[in-house]
Amino acid sequence: MPVLNIIQAVNDALRLEMKRDPRVVVLGEDIGKFGGVFRATSGLFEEFGPERVMDTPLAEAGIIGSAIGMALYGLRPVPEIQFADFIYPAYDQIVNELAKFRYRSGGQYTAPVVIRTPYGGGIRGGHYHSQSPEAYFCHTAGLKVVIPSNPYDAKGLLLSAIRGEDPVLFMEPKRVYRASKGEVPEGDYTLPIGKAKVVRRGSQVTVLCYGAMVHVVNEAVERAVADGLDPEVIDLMTLSPLDEATVLESVEKTGRVVIVHEAPKTCGYGAELVALICEKALLSLEAPIVRVAGFDTPFPYTLENEYLPTPERVLSQLHETARF
Amino acid sequence: MRETTPQQRQPVDPHLPKHALYTLLHEDGSAGPDAPRLDDAACVSLYRSLLQLRVLDRRMVALGTDGALGFYVSSEDTEATILGGAFALRATDWIFPSYREAAVALWRGLPLVDHVSQLVGNARDASKGRQQPMHGAWKALNIVSISSLAGTQLPQATGMALAAKVSKKDDVALVYFGEGSTSTGDFHVGLNFAGVWKAPVVFLCRNDVAARHETAASSYAEKGRGYGVTSVRVDGDDVLAVIAAVRGATERARRGEGPTLVEAVSTGTDAVERFRRHLEHRKLWTPELGDLEHTLSTELDTAIAEARLVSPPPIETMFDDVYAVPSQQLVDQRAQLLRTRRTDRSEA
Repeated sequence: MPVLNIIQAVNDALRLEMKRDPRVVVLGEDIGKFGGVFRATSGLFEEFGPERVMDTPLAEAGIIGSAIGMALYGLRPVPEIQFADFIYPAYDQIVNELAKFRYRSGGQYTAPVVIRTPYGGGIRGGHYHSQSPEAYFCHTAGLKVVIPSNPYDAKGLLLSAIRGEDPVLFMEPKRVYRASKGEVPEGDYTLPIGKAKVVRRGSQVTVLCYGAMVHVVNEAVERAVADGLDPEVIDLMTLSPLDEATVLESVEKTGRVVIVHEAPKTCGYGAELVALICEKALLSLEAPIVRVAGFDTPFPYTLENEYLPTPERVLSQLHETARF
Repeated sequence: MRETTPQQRQPVDPHLPKHALYTLLHEDGSAGPDAPRLDDAACVSLYRSLLQLRVLDRRMVALGTDGALGFYVSSEDTEATILGGAFALRATDWIFPSYREAAVALWRGLPLVDHVSQLVGNARDASKGRQQPMHGAWKALNIVSISSLAGTQLPQATGMALAAKVSKKDDVALVYFGEGSTSTGDFHVGLNFAGVWKAPVVFLCRNDVAARHETAASSYAEKGRGYGVTSVRVDGDDVLAVIAAVRGATERARRGEGPTLVEAVSTGTDAVERFRRHLEHRKLWTPELGDLEHTLSTELDTAIAEARLVSPPPIETMFDDVYAVPSQQLVDQRAQLLRTRRTDRSEA
């Protein structure tokens, strides 16, 4: 089985689906001849031509607005927003338009657009190339939010997203775009949207994480295990709609929870997880729920490694939570 | 007789006076030699629709004032632009209205009671009462769901038009908007993308002249030039001029020549009366047509009465159509709401 990184897995999924389904088109800034700033669409222009691999003007609202029109007409557009930090000019088109077409038309019109966008810090990108805006979109009825952490999941989830009937924000952890490598089956397979995965079975404390943070957590957990702890790690994979059952089952078992995300803490996705656990598993808790998150500052440039959750920060919270 | 296309006329030609408008209907009801040839039945049908829109608007404005409708904005004095635009299309072409053109669905054959059902948001509404009045969607008629936000439909129309082009279909998008929308970012990206992609889209701008604070340009049409979008300015109360301009634009679009911006300027003349005189001029005026306003009003009475008999959508439908399949969260919330309501009723 070939070993791919996340970029290659995304590229593989796009190529496979474009071959399989003539309705699939990709569009975005420099995604055509140039192959995208991260090369995720490399080679697609040569293979499928300018009518299915469309270079667009530099305007996110135009990219998403026109992708909506294409989807209404029956195409399966997969627009790329070059960095998640640039998505805000398209916010209205995503939140008020894309996510609402099915509902507001009583199910007559659907806009199954899959927006791919690299997100997150750790690449020396400063405020405008490092943000994690997932919470804004998880608050949006009608939109699904998917964040893979590794190549295998990236391919399987992207194929599911493109074949689904709903709009999806597909956020790719660019910090581990190339660093995360793994075996990826050739050919077709899908992973269900709305299902989380227990990536390490454990008994003592549940760690909830997604995207690039899964790798930070894995490093912390490796050291925690050496210290004699037994954490359970859940990669959420889909943030909206959340797989509540997998989360609650684990929390009911361990009674202790550490949540890790790199987005700012206040009103971050972790807040929703805390609320869910308090609503549905409060009496299972043995310790306060802890959030290890980005700070409530704008994303800093020079000090990004202090801002981002580190294995050390996660490890210390694992110990504290386990012995509470 | 030759039809005048926007290419042949150059209303944004700098040599023309800056407010020159393309006009076909004359004071006496006659039409210029370039006027589109409408057969007698089409003329009468168009007149009926113009008058129907006016009757509808006046009644709904009155109902809105009475509080019977949550929202209503009249399209009075823009009837010729709304209907002229739709008239010029094929039924397979797509329409992206703003809320002011919601009633364009009637032209495409929507029964009046269905339109009123959308306005009152009952269970018969094709959009299931999900949106406030004038925000309908009629997929069977290729009329796209309406947003309240000014201009969001422009890049969507551009995308749909491009999709038709890459799908090797000759469908065209017609997108309506008011002149206020020309100030938005979505106007910019909609026209810019359409110009770059040569998308088969017609941008129909309703300029009702009331607002003069939207541009420093000499006209809204002039804005098209910067995007490589051919532009025309027409008399928006002259239904034949609007038809000619939009038809010319769709022909250009189908020939692969790309987008057109049509600025339809309200001139303060009565569009319905102007077209009525045209019917007279063509000897199509009959005593029955003299009674038409009364007939239309009675039809509307019936439609309103019928729509009011229909219940609101059932409560549980609130949770449908968020996604193709409801999420577990929605299933739980629906169950919770229904449980609460059962408890309320048993306590009451």
